[in-house]
Amino acid sequence: MDVSKVLAIAISMIFINNFILSKFLGLCPFLGVSKETKPAVSMGFAVIFVMTCSSIITWVLYRFVLLPFHIEYLRTITFILVIATFVQLIEMVIRKYSMPLYRALGIYLPLITTNCAVLGVTILNVDNFFVAGKAVEGSFFYSSFQAFFAGVGFLLALFLMSGIRERLQLLDIPEHTKGIPIAFVIASLMSLAFMGFMGFKF
Amino acid sequence: MKRLIKEFIKGVTKENPTFGLILGLCPTLAVSTSVINAVGMGLAATFVLICSNTMISALRRVIPDRIRLPAYIVVVATFVTICEMLMKAYAPALNLALGIFVPLIVVNCIILARAEAFASKNPILPSFFDGLGMGIGFTLALTIIALVRELLGTGRIAGLTLATHAEPITMMILSPGALLTLGVLIALSNMIKRALAGRKERP
Amino acid sequence: MKNNIILSSSPHLHTRESVRKIMWAVVLSLLPAGAAGVYLFGISAFWILAAGIVSALVTEGVIQALSRKKISLSDGSAFLTGLLLAYNLPPDIPLWLPVLGSFFAVAVGKQIFGGLGQNIFNPALVGRVFLMASWPKYMTTFTKPLAYDAITQATPLALLKEHKLMEHISYLDLFLGKRGGCIGEVCIAVLVAGALFLLIKGYISWHIPFSYIFTVGLLTYVFGPNGIASGDWLFHILSGGLILGAFFMATDYVSSPLTHRGQLIFGMGCGFITAVIRLWGGYPEGVSYAILIMNAATPIIDRYTKNRIYGV
Repeated sequence: MDVSKVLAIAISMIFINNFILSKFLGLCPFLGVSKETKPAVSMGFAVIFVMTCSSIITWVLYRFVLLPFHIEYLRTITFILVIATFVQLIEMVIRKYSMPLYRALGIYLPLITTNCAVLGVTILNVDNFFVAGKAVEGSFFYSSFQAFFAGVGFLLALFLMSGIRERLQLLDIPEHTKGIPIAFVIASLMSLAFMGFMGFKF
Repeated sequence: MKRLIKEFIKGVTKENPTFGLILGLCPTLAVSTSVINAVGMGLAATFVLICSNTMISALRRVIPDRIRLPAYIVVVATFVTICEMLMKAYAPALNLALGIFVPLIVVNCIILARAEAFASKNPILPSFFDGLGMGIGFTLALTIIALVRELLGTGRIAGLTLATHAEPITMMILSPGALLTLGVLIALSNMIKRALAGRKERP
Repeated sequence: MKNNIILSSSPHLHTRESVRKIMWAVVLSLLPAGAAGVYLFGISAFWILAAGIVSALVTEGVIQALSRKKISLSDGSAFLTGLLLAYNLPPDIPLWLPVLGSFFAVAVGKQIFGGLGQNIFNPALVGRVFLMASWPKYMTTFTKPLAYDAITQATPLALLKEHKLMEHISYLDLFLGKRGGCIGEVCIAVLVAGALFLLIKGYISWHIPFSYIFTVGLLTYVFGPNGIASGDWLFHILSGGLILGAFFMATDYVSSPLTHRGQLIFGMGCGFITAVIRLWGGYPEGVSYAILIMNAATPIIDRYTKNRIYGV
């Protein structure tokens, strides 16, 4: 594991291959929860947490169960079930131990299950860090970092978007473009701006 | 019969998943770089939609209410896996082009939304047609977006070069182009809807 | 929605009439840089400026007519957008590029949001990155100054990126604009004069330009090519679009923060992103991307630096 590769993964996941603006993963929560800043930030942190944990769990499952038994084709179904179960579990745990945290994050957790960003990152990890049925060197750490920084990129896009949409409420946007369409136009312009980070070298 | 046709039509027009319900956007944007990819994705999603709708409708009295969502996910994931394997065997090039968006059909909100909102409450035949209508509607919307993006971004349609001398707007096949196209198309569809509604109101 | 009354879009405290006055003052302060660009790169640069401005005006007028709004071309904002976009283009490109760029800048960068004072991003820069993403081939071909026969020459920053920077580009040449680059960005001397005019008149404040340029200078000095604190900071300040961007585009009233504290943060953010892209990014220059990204962050900056209103 070397630092420059981790840094490259970070820049790539946060800016160049930002899950929302470039890979189009997790657009539903992006549009749904970006109307105000506070819930957007809570959602962002919940996503970072679930993404990182899910990718750790699915990596272990893939490496030590699916690969040895040659049942890689069950990847999709296993991963989505693991994620759904994990999210359910988290919800129960937080509800039991921390009511304030539950109130902040709780309602977003069920939404995360069908957030394609979470399933997306776990599948991406397997595609990127397993070559010909073998884990590449440092695979586990790279997977976890990739998931974590993908979550950070998600949070960043959601945070910026929520600020912009709060301002939009005070402006006189043309009737037809109000709401979803203008959100897409803004996302498009943000995506254009983020292209400035293309081709990073350290 | 009339009802079946109605269920079919609504998915294509009024409740079009992309422009009407604003669902299933992630694959819509990601694979709409070319018409061929768009149609492929649309058909794959239609296949899964029809199968899962029919299956869930058939099992609607068997599945306990409390665990219905996990049960739906298992059903959908099963059909997605079948679809994945079929594509790997018979359309490997398309499978490669669509990439992780084939397994991601599982979390395509359209499919779960139809399972929850329609198939779990209706008999098999209407559910089948609902799935078919939604699938075709999704495919159509996807194709329209892909048409715009492929034509402006590469000067081609379905791989056929139309504009030989023009310099295509490369941005349209990059991610900003996808977001922009969808935003503009939804705004246009809002305009059309409002115009139609305005005409109805007038006597 | 009670906030509607309190917080309106910037510029504040100005009447419509004074917005118009400021817009034309900014145009005036920019004109010498355009003249210098035409002198350095020849008549083709002039046609690009004209095409950019006309296209911006036509787009604005047509959209306002179509949406049955009052046509307000005389407020100078569309003129300024077209002018700034053209300033950010290489001096010898086909004329359809400034035309399409200005169209995109006004239509998508401004009118889709409802027109003057409503845009989130700087329209001219929106137009520029659109052209950059679509036709990079044209957008990265520059011509040699004072040659007048379209000999291509890379910009100093592009040469630096490819480790081909020759020693002989002097600071004086950079200051006077004898280098490859975009039409309006090269002649630092007249840009600084124009900026001083705006500063003295009080049309722009020093906070954004100063923090922006200082941050770029500091970072490029610290992270030099031969280890810590060996960078050529003056070279970085004088090349690229930094001066044009810092004084004339990052300071746009609508898309930058309201408070001085917010403006300092905005400027530092721009400087940080610009330096990072120049030092490690794939593109030689990052000014337009940096300003656009910070435009996106402006509502957030405002939210956390807003002065408390007493009694609310």
